[in-house]
Order: sequence, then C-alpha cells, then structure tokens
Amino acid sequence: MKTLSRQTSFARRSFLQLGAAGLAATALPLRAAADAVDADAAIREIFGDKPLNEGRVTVKLPPIAENGNSVAITVAAESLMSPDDYVRRIAIISPRNPIAEVAVFKLSPHAGKAEVSTRIRMAGTQRIRAVAEMSDGTLWHGSASTVVTLAACLIG
Amino acid sequence: MATIRIAAPDTASAGEVIELKALIQHPMETGYRSGPDGKRIERDIIEKFEVTYDGETVFEADLRPGIAANPIFTFYTRATTSGPIVFKWTDQDGESWSETHELTVE
Repeated sequence: MKTLSRQTSFARRSFLQLGAAGLAATALPLRAAADAVDADAAIREIFGDKPLNEGRVTVKLPPIAENGNSVAITVAAESLMSPDDYVRRIAIISPRNPIAEVAVFKLSPHAGKAEVSTRIRMAGTQRIRAVAEMSDGTLWHGSASTVVTLAACLIG
Repeated sequence: MATIRIAAPDTASAGEVIELKALIQHPMETGYRSGPDGKRIERDIIEKFEVTYDGETVFEADLRPGIAANPIFTFYTRATTSGPIVFKWTDQDGESWSETHELTVE
C-alpha cells in the first residue's frame, strides 16, 4: 500500500513537471507583456526622472475581478485643488498589460476634486499603480491589487 | 455615429464641485486580438478625450489600449458660470465625436 502511494505521488510529480514545462512553453510567445521594469520606464517617460513619494494617492479596485476586460478603477489624489496647489496629472500604470501606460489624465485647479474613475483592461492578476504629479512638480505614488480570474485576452 | 451618454447636473450653485460622467460607444480594439479567421484585428482606439467648460479646458485624458471598450470617465469640476460643457473624443485616425451639455449656475 505504501509503495503504491509512493508510486502514484511520483507519477503525479512527473506529470506536474511536464505540465509546468508545457505551460512555460505556451507562455513564451506571450512575453510581449510589460513587467515591473517597463512600468518604471513608463513612469519615467511620462513624468521624467524624479523621485516617487509614497502616499497622497489612493487606488480603488475590486479585490477580485471576474472579467479582466473591464475593471472599475478610481484614482484619487489628496490636494487642495487651489490655483497654486493642485494635481497636474494622474497616470494609471499596469505592470502586466502589453503596454504599461493605461491612461494619463490632465487636471486643472478648476477640477475642485482630484479624482478620476474609469474602466480598464487587466491582462492578469496584478498591482495597478497610479502616479500623481502635483503643481510643485513632486510625484506621489499609490497602488492596489486585483485578482483577475479571466484575463483580458491577448489571443481572442 | 457613436452613442454618447453624459451624466451631469443641469443646474448648480456657484462654487459647487459637480460630478461629470461621460461614456462613448467604442470597441477600443487593442490590436492584440485575433478574429475568427485567425487574422489579427487592427488596432482601433480613441486616443484623446477633452472637456472644456465655458471655453476653458478642464479635463484631458490620453488613452491607451488598456482602457476598456466603451470608455467611461467620471471626474469633477467646479461650477463657476453658466455655459456649455463640451465633451470631445478623438480617435487614432483623427475622427472625432462631441457632445455639449448646458450648465446653468444659479
């Protein structure tokens, strides 16, 4: 009995290895996706090479999204929104989508409230990042994670 | 003609921060998908969304394929004077659609 269970577990292990190899092989052609490095590069490209401060930006996302094709997101930045202290731009960045940059919003002090909501595509479970550029030029960063059960498909 | 839906108050008091919601019917085709024939579906996205209030730009968005189909945006602006709020979308080929909402400030 004991030998039998050992055998099955061995068989299962080799099957799992095969499966993992198969998965890796199929995943390869999809490596067009962005990664964390691309996300950092996208932020630098939009805002220039400035330090990112943690805070003042909140990203609201559902904890689980059943359909990655349309996920509701709200990005808010803490700001007085007065003529000399306001949020100039807000960018939404994905570390896993084919293109890291999702959207860039330009706000004016006229907005009254630095908050934007939209719906984005998510090519898999990831931590979506948002960067706000204040009128004094400082950059602030926030993020939120969503588990995506059905990714916005790259194939069809 | 794309269907456009705007949700905005018709009247507001001066200084009030109002919520604006704008949706346009558009596939926002990423260019990464294949059709039933196995061929890649051409990229077709709206790249720019601009909102002016009484002639002044109050909100702008640069969109990438990561924005979902039928893009919807909710944002805010401070009511100052009565005037038109113009929502304008422009796609990658320069085609544009717009919608005007009249706001009365009391």
